[in-house]
Amino acid sequence: MKRSLTMLTLTGALLVSASALAQTMDKNVKIGVLNDQSSLYADITGAGSKLAAEMAVEDSGLSGKGWKIEVIAADHQNKPDVGTNIARQWLDVEKVDAIADVPTSSVALAVNNVVKEKNRVFLNSGAAASDLTTTQCSPNTVHWTYDTYLLANGTGKALVKAGGDTWFFLTADYAFGHALERDTAAVVTANGGKVVGVVRHPLNTSDFSSFLLQAQASKAKIVGLANAGGDTTNSIKQAAEFGIVSGGQKLAGLLLFVTDIKALGLNTAQGLNFTETFYWDLNDQTRAFSKKFSERMKNNAMPSMVQAGVYGATLHYLKSLEAMGGNPHDGVKVVAKMKEMPTDDPLFGKGTIRADGRKLHPGYLFEVKKPSESKGPWDLYKLVATIPAEEAFTPIEKSPCGLLKKS
Amino acid sequence: MGINTQALMAQLLVGLINGSFYALLSLGLAVIFGMLNIINFAHGALYMMGAFVAYFLLNLLGLNYWYALILAPIIVGAFGMLLERTMLQWLTGLDHLYGLLLTFGLALIIQGVFQSYFGSSGLPYAIPKELQGGTNLGFMFLPTYRAWVVVFSLAVCLLTWFMIEKTRLGAYLRAATENPTLVRAFGINVPRMITLTYGLGVGLAALAGVLSAPINQVRPQMGENLIIVVFAVVVIGGMGSIMGSIVTGFMLGVLEGLTKYFYPEASNTVVFVFMVLVLLLKPTGLTGRAA
Amino acid sequence: MTSITESADIRQTRSGSDHAIVIVAMVVILAALPWAGIYPFFIMSALCFALFACAFNLLIGYGGLLSFGHAMFLGTAGYVTGHTIKEWGFPPELGILAGTLAATALGFVSGLVAIRRQGIYFAMITLALSQLLYFIYLQTPFTHGEDGIQSIPQGKLLGLLDLSKPLILYYVVLGFFLFGFLVIYRAINSPFGEVLKSIRENEPRAISLGYRTDQYKLLAFILSGTLAGLAGAVKALVLQNASLTDVHWAMSGEVVLMVLLGGLGTIFGPIIGAFIIIAMQQYLAGFGQWVLVSQGVIFVVCVLAFRRGVVGEIAHYLRRSL
Repeated sequence: MKRSLTMLTLTGALLVSASALAQTMDKNVKIGVLNDQSSLYADITGAGSKLAAEMAVEDSGLSGKGWKIEVIAADHQNKPDVGTNIARQWLDVEKVDAIADVPTSSVALAVNNVVKEKNRVFLNSGAAASDLTTTQCSPNTVHWTYDTYLLANGTGKALVKAGGDTWFFLTADYAFGHALERDTAAVVTANGGKVVGVVRHPLNTSDFSSFLLQAQASKAKIVGLANAGGDTTNSIKQAAEFGIVSGGQKLAGLLLFVTDIKALGLNTAQGLNFTETFYWDLNDQTRAFSKKFSERMKNNAMPSMVQAGVYGATLHYLKSLEAMGGNPHDGVKVVAKMKEMPTDDPLFGKGTIRADGRKLHPGYLFEVKKPSESKGPWDLYKLVATIPAEEAFTPIEKSPCGLLKKS
Repeated sequence: MGINTQALMAQLLVGLINGSFYALLSLGLAVIFGMLNIINFAHGALYMMGAFVAYFLLNLLGLNYWYALILAPIIVGAFGMLLERTMLQWLTGLDHLYGLLLTFGLALIIQGVFQSYFGSSGLPYAIPKELQGGTNLGFMFLPTYRAWVVVFSLAVCLLTWFMIEKTRLGAYLRAATENPTLVRAFGINVPRMITLTYGLGVGLAALAGVLSAPINQVRPQMGENLIIVVFAVVVIGGMGSIMGSIVTGFMLGVLEGLTKYFYPEASNTVVFVFMVLVLLLKPTGLTGRAA
Repeated sequence: MTSITESADIRQTRSGSDHAIVIVAMVVILAALPWAGIYPFFIMSALCFALFACAFNLLIGYGGLLSFGHAMFLGTAGYVTGHTIKEWGFPPELGILAGTLAATALGFVSGLVAIRRQGIYFAMITLALSQLLYFIYLQTPFTHGEDGIQSIPQGKLLGLLDLSKPLILYYVVLGFFLFGFLVIYRAINSPFGEVLKSIRENEPRAISLGYRTDQYKLLAFILSGTLAGLAGAVKALVLQNASLTDVHWAMSGEVVLMVLLGGLGTIFGPIIGAFIIIAMQQYLAGFGQWVLVSQGVIFVVCVLAFRRGVVGEIAHYLRRSL
């Protein structure tokens, strides 16, 4: 008797994906926030993303309407193995409906496949890989917040237009760095600028003196930092030491977050230009959200754009479910509904999700304030330019994604 | 490939500067291994602690960089001595590899704890006023702070070498680790010498951390990747030899600098290639004694 | 100087029959686990790492050589298997073979370099070699850098067994694990194994008895590397990706931890150690940053107070050799 019961349970667990079609709609939703809680991206994603998801659940008001929504979180340690295992466990055993966040492209791409296989929903906010909506696009995936195309386009185009027409790249020698450099260089040349030099440094370099000296010698107006994380913050800090900015050159960080700027301090980071899609101090709505967020955060940090993206994506997901009248536990159907409904949230404003899963919203070119201009511990940026949504992301003609109908 | 002499000279000088960091860090490791036969994998984490202590001294107690240079090594060195007393001393007489494993575990703990309290983005620490700015040497712009780093590291390295190789205290230390029983018979407190030695090695790591804080972002991971390179330096230089580590540190800094000029993508790997070559040709390192 | 593996050779009783019982029990338990409701993918992952750990243990526990670069075998095999299956359309059995052979070749080449030294120098050379490989893999296009090789298709083993069905995949993986484990067991309990142990105990004496110790050590290194490669190749099929994490030195550190925790130089220790560590990663993932700290604590506790490891302590208590 017991044996056949366990047989049944096992068969049920293994066939959960096939049975998705047979499932009826109900008002149970389980969301899993999978990200880095202990290493490089812990500040940008981490516990803050879980909080953002929880706030989205609260703001959706669905709990009061008889829905049962649960948010769980786990640390993938930036390892694809761990991320894949957790994702599978969540989808097969714990009946998670949507996985959110997932920074680190290698993990995001792996989870993308698992979610597609199991027909659930992938709400990615943390990864930069534009592959998620181009070469590896999936009907189960929505890519919020940002991608490499936006970063290149935003910063590159705006700076060239503002007069920075000669560029020198300091590139991290790995796929992501190359992609950033390639995309930005393309934008620079397309807008009349010139790339006068490139130097590639190994990943996780601590000393940039040699490379910065070369950047200085090139006399390029803009020194573009095609790297991320610790490499970026170290290159910025050392650039200040070598007097790059005071010597007249401008630094363009291609991937920077508000937590990086806070960690550098305004003295070092002042004058830096980069693109993000969210800043806590943009308007009244972002300010209101950020105040509530930082009060609930352990160290009172303001939300990063990735965490804001988790909020936006989760909120829209829940709204779509509400519009469908229940949770069909079918990823393709839900994402299709998410694309059908225009988005409107206090953080990103009004926007849409394109057929390839790409969420469209404007990008903002920011410049870091001088210490004298800052009136508070988190008063770090001033807005230089806004890049409209239509220009910010990979144009449809350039994307190989099969989901896009090209006219 | 035209060699731009100016650029080359600039890279060599930069290499020398980096070499002084390597020398200082590997000095601490060499002291600990040479004297105590412990392979201190926690060295990177202790270096990181030195930088963090400098940050706290400045931001909590208002003590600036110059105080930190003295206080941070003492504080972290004391912590190191505590580690030795409570954990490492139980490993005497056991295979070296247990020491490696224990300190590896300690490194994980220290780094993990700092990570959970301070996050990963790091904390800002500025170059002290007196050392800001730089001079234009013609072939490059040399930040004053970097020049200071070379001078100071060199001084510390030579001082340490002198103390260990040429003074009586150093002689006791060396004797105590070579033949503890005999030295104890002379009435010298051997366990205390060992603890002090470990504390000295750790203090040197912390000193390197303070030196590094103004130019590298103060983050929990800052020692992680450095530790592997420093190991390579110590192994190449000869694991027991103080002078070997100092010389190798500077030499490898220059080697790395040259690689950054000719083939920058490989600058991370050149140290390891060199290490494999040296170990094949001269197994005990360039100046070391037999393991 | 107490050798790192002295704890392993306690009271060798008639261990053959003991081992047979434990092995049979292990097979039965593992075969039945999916039916008991435990998530098969977790066990499969753990089995791959258990094989990796057993292979590593062969080298340190019986050969006395601590390799700090074993990740290079795991990762290389994973990449080769992934590439041959995904890009060249190899069927799974050939893909696994290709991956394993790549690891063998790597073992041969790196072994020639590394074996000449011992102790800490050996560990450092293996670390350096694996770092070199890491940086090479970071650059070469076929590995796709930090994205890794994704969506490796599982295909049909021998044209018959559809590996995309979890239950079939499970027994296939179990089969590979048992195969690898039995190879190791056989190697340990053979004349080759005895010579290896004698080299570990006292190399000069072994040389004076006429054994070409370098050859034995090289053979052990290659065997260990090959089986670690087999683990990596199978893992690539189970998780359907191969990435830089598999060649990073942190992975080498993890396998050391698994073996240390389970019991250095014991036969079943690495398996237990691997299961515990993988379970921690999976089930404690909700606690985020504390996973690394707990790993560090386990290292420290094991070295200070628990040197024999889980299985070693049990074996000591039962006065058997496990």
